Order: sequence, then C-alpha cells, then structure tokens
Amino acid sequence: MEKSLKRPALLAALLIALIALPTVADAAGFAALTSLATRVLIYGIAAASLNFVLGYGGMVSFGHAAFFGIGGYTVGILYQHYSLGEPLFGFIPGTNQMLITLPVAVVLSGIMAAIIGALSLRTGGVQFIMITLAFAQMLFFLFVSLKTYGGDDGLIIRRANELPWLNMRDKHTVYYVCLAIAVLFFAVLWRLVNSRFGNVIVGLRQSEKRMAAIGLPAYRYKLVAFIISGMGCGLAGALMANFLRFASPDMMHWTKSGELMIMVILGGVGTLFGPLIGAAVFIVLESVLASWTENWQLGLGLILLFVVLYTQGGVQALGARLVGRSA
Amino acid sequence: MSTPILNVRGLVKRFGGLLATDHVDLTVKPGEIHALIGPNGAGKTTLISQLMGELKPNEGTIELAGKPVDDLSTAKRVSLGLARTFQITCLLPDYTVLDNVAIAVQVRQGHSFRFWGNARSEAALREEARKYLHTVGMERRADELVANLSHGEQKQLELAVALATEPKLLLLDEPMAGLGHAESQQMIGILRNLKKQVSMLLVEHDMDAVFALADRISVLVYGRIIATGSVEEIRDNPEVRTAYLGEGEEVC
Ligand SMILES: Nc1ncnc2c1ncn2[C@@H]1O[C@H](COP(=O)(O)OP(=O)(O)OP(=O)(O)O)[C@@H](O)[C@H]1O
Ligand SMILES: [Mg+2]
Repeated sequence: MEKSLKRPALLAALLIALIALPTVADAAGFAALTSLATRVLIYGIAAASLNFVLGYGGMVSFGHAAFFGIGGYTVGILYQHYSLGEPLFGFIPGTNQMLITLPVAVVLSGIMAAIIGALSLRTGGVQFIMITLAFAQMLFFLFVSLKTYGGDDGLIIRRANELPWLNMRDKHTVYYVCLAIAVLFFAVLWRLVNSRFGNVIVGLRQSEKRMAAIGLPAYRYKLVAFIISGMGCGLAGALMANFLRFASPDMMHWTKSGELMIMVILGGVGTLFGPLIGAAVFIVLESVLASWTENWQLGLGLILLFVVLYTQGGVQALGARLVGRSA
Repeated sequence: MSTPILNVRGLVKRFGGLLATDHVDLTVKPGEIHALIGPNGAGKTTLISQLMGELKPNEGTIELAGKPVDDLSTAKRVSLGLARTFQITCLLPDYTVLDNVAIAVQVRQGHSFRFWGNARSEAALREEARKYLHTVGMERRADELVANLSHGEQKQLELAVALATEPKLLLLDEPMAGLGHAESQQMIGILRNLKKQVSMLLVEHDMDAVFALADRISVLVYGRIIATGSVEEIRDNPEVRTAYLGEGEEVC
C-alpha cells in the first residue's frame, strides 16, 4: 500500500531534480555536472538493457559492449560518409540527422543481437558467458582492423547529429535530449517487464525446467529478449557517440562489457532503476577515485566487493532497506 | 477397445553402463489411474522424464492418444495434453502461489509475445488461475510467496500448476511423498475427484494411496516392468512380493 504511493512520488521527485540539474549546476558553478549526468543517463540506458537479460532473464551476457559499439559506429560511419559526401557501399548516403541515425543504430544492433543470440543461446551457464564474450571481442578486433573508419584510433565526429529546431551544440540541449530518451526508454522497459512477455522471461530465470513443464518453448523467448536488450545498448551507444563526438573500438572492448555488468550489480540486479543508480555510482566513483589515485580501479573493486557481499541486491536494495527502517 | 491415452513400446534408457529403463511397455487407458510402483532407484522418475521429452530415450516409441511424440519437444507434448508434477518440487520461488498458476494458464492460452499490458492485472487470467487453486484447496494462500510454503503446500501447488495446463494425461511423481497423514488423505481426495477429468500415471510409494486410487498397477524393478495388473493381482503376485513388497511383510 504504502510502497505503491511512495514510488510515484519518488520518481516524480527524481524527474524534477533531473530537469533542474543543468540550471542548478550552472548556478552552483559545477557546469561539468551536466556532462557527468548526461553520461549517467546514457550508461543507465545501456546497463538497464543489459539488466533485462541478465537480471530479469538470468542470461549472463559478457558481450553487451558489442551492441553499444555497433550503435556508436552507426553514428560515426554515417557521419563520415555524410561529411565526405560519398555513399556507403556506393549507394547508401551518409547522414547527420539524429532522427535517422538513432533508429538505424537500434535496428543494426538488434540484427547483430539476433545473430549472436541465435548462436549463443543454445548454450547456457559458463559457455554462454564465454561465447558472448568471444563474439564481442571478434567485433572489437574487426573494428580495430577497419582502417577506413579510423582503426585503433576510432572515428572523430566533428559535430553531434542534428535534430530539427534544436541546437545540438549546446550541452544543455544534448542533456535534455538524452533525458527525454531515457524517460521514454524506462517507461517502455517498465511496461515490458510487467507484460506477459516479461512474465515468462522472469519465469525462465527462476526455473527453465518449470517453464518447459508448463509448455513454454524457451529459446524463441530468450532470443527476442536478447534482441531487445541489444537494441537498448545500441541506442545508448549511438547517444554516447553523439555526446563524445567520437566512436572507437574501446566501446566494444570486453572491459566495457564488464563495466556495464558492474553498474548492474552495483545498482541492483533485476530491478528497473537499479542499473541507472549503478551507472551514477560507477561514474561518480570513477571520477572521484581517479582524481585521488591512479589505481582507482582497485578502489572500485573493493567497493564492488562490499556491495556484493553486504548489500544483498545493490545500492537500490540498500536504499530501500534504509528507507524502510526509518519509516 | 479405445486407443490408449498413453502407449509406450520398447522404451530403453541407458546411463553409461546402467540400464535405467529396460524395454518398458506401458499403457494408460482413458479415464484410468495407472499406478507405477517400484523400489528406490528403479527408474520411475527417469521414465516420466522420457515421457515428457526432458530426457531422450535410446530406443522405443511413445504415443500420446495414438500419435507418436518421439520427435516432439517438451513444450509441444504439453500442448498435446501431457503434464507432470515433480518429485522434488520445481516451482518459481520468487513468484506468488497465484503467479505460478497464472503463468501456466498464460502459456496454455498461446504465445507470450505480448509486450505491453500488465500480466498481473489481467482479471480473466487471475480468475482462471484461482479456479485451479480452488481445486487443490489453496485459494486462501494465493498471495503467499512460494518460498514461504510448507512442503505439503508445495506439493499441492505442483498439482495446481500441472492442472492449469489442462492435461489429458497427468504424470504424478510421488505426490504424497513427505506429506503427513491428513495431507495425504486430502491429496487422495483431490486426485479421486480429478479422475473424471484426466487420466493419470501415478508414481507413489504410499501403498495405501496406491490401493485406494489405482485401477491398474505396474511394478518397475531395475528399469524393468515385472508385472502389470489389477490391485488384487499385484497384491497376490509372488514375484512382486519378493521383489518389491518384501517377503513376510503384511501388505495393507
Ligand atoms: N542423469 C542421470 N545420470 C546417470 N544416472 C542417473 C541419472 N538419473 C538417474 N540416474 C540413475 O538411474 C536410476 C533410476 O533413477 P530414478 O531417479 O529414475 O529412480 P526412481 O525410481 O525415481 O527412484 P526414487 O524412488 O528414489 O525416486 C538410479 O540408479 C539413478 O542413480
Ligand atoms: Mg523418483
């Protein structure tokens, strides 16, 4: 009862805070906060996408950076062909329009997820982890070797994609575009996890044997969940390329897959907003720790260990328990 | 004679050197409760797993209502009217009792590629699920989490979930195991009432339950069916008495 009232109020407060953030940050003289928040929103989308298969569906993918990178390179490659004025493969014109690049990024990462998922979802457990990791690393090395698109160095995107009526060179505008997309994304994800489809996905995590015994052909549902999840990561990658004005093989390196997993675990596996909170904690920790010491990853590792051992469900669960206790 | 609902011919399953199912022939007639008894490790659970398609037999064929199902997946067999309960209960632990039944109703109703509406606020789905909880006498526990159920309640829920798939043939793997006397009596009552709707293959160690419910009994020893017959025939069969019921021990 109480919880159902508390939650919308909390969400409304969060949304208002996020809308006010750039203005407050400027006024307080922390203009960099807006950029930090933009990254949190983008990684939040990516981590929540991963969480849909990992946390809700119990499919531990260690290769989701592949889709993040595909999204980023879609924006980068389309921009390069646009700026050079030569069509891709001789017939696909480049573009710098976000209304085109984002959907294309989502579709392409979805197709890649369909291919990788179709081949890896026949396995499970450790094998699944290793196969998804292997596919992502294959893509990583493919893009490293693609000298046309910058190879190792990556692709510089001189200007962020354009949106009608908006000035995308303004940092605040980019932030608000990401915020709007994130709100939309989480609304869709919320419907999805509570739908009939989400119901069987969560059921599969709890017991595949049980789901088979009630007549569910598991493979096709897992595959569709994997594709949806890949599309979400592709969307995030496309936004990231726009934000950084840069796409590079690092976006699909296995350490990026690991970072996304860490965000999910930090925030709370199998919760709607946990990954967003996890992304925020990760990025803040990263900047704070990095300014203290070069070995910031060691500090991060210790904190992660603490979260896994002592919070039983990440920062989100910790917060819920603290709130529950004080109330 | 009408076609049997289940017809198993020459089924063989090997685990390395172990012959877990040894050329088993078995039929279940429509409307029948066919009990399968046998000592621990005889291969009863292994047989059920093969019928469901969870384990692949090495030889033999399985027909459901006259139709071979050997090449069909578990999901397909369930849609043709086969359902099982698990000896070691296998439920969705994070879901409530009602959720566990509702998801079975949902899957029976067709594909689950519905991405928008909230599955937990579909009144028709929830109502139908409650019907099966009522059948097993659990409707008052509908909102309890499965993790909080007693062993007996989990056994009852197993049955409700299996019923929610609307089976023609129910494979029950020791539904009374671990139940107290009162709970066992209740389960016997439930199964007796269900007999009008669904045929059953009943694996059970509790001889009172078997003699109370079964129309026919088959005895499985070391993967082989050594006898099939009516309750009286099995009770008086000397081979069964030595191999399974134990010499000198009074039966019933
Ligand atoms: N996956 C497996 N791999 C190897 N051996 C197995 C496997 N499953 C079962 N067995 C063996 O097959 C034999 C039959 O086991 P099963 O579980 O079918 O017996 P059961 O009749 O159900 O016994 P219980 O009354 O104890 O439930 C046993 O010897 C068991 O050890
Ligand atoms: Mg058994």
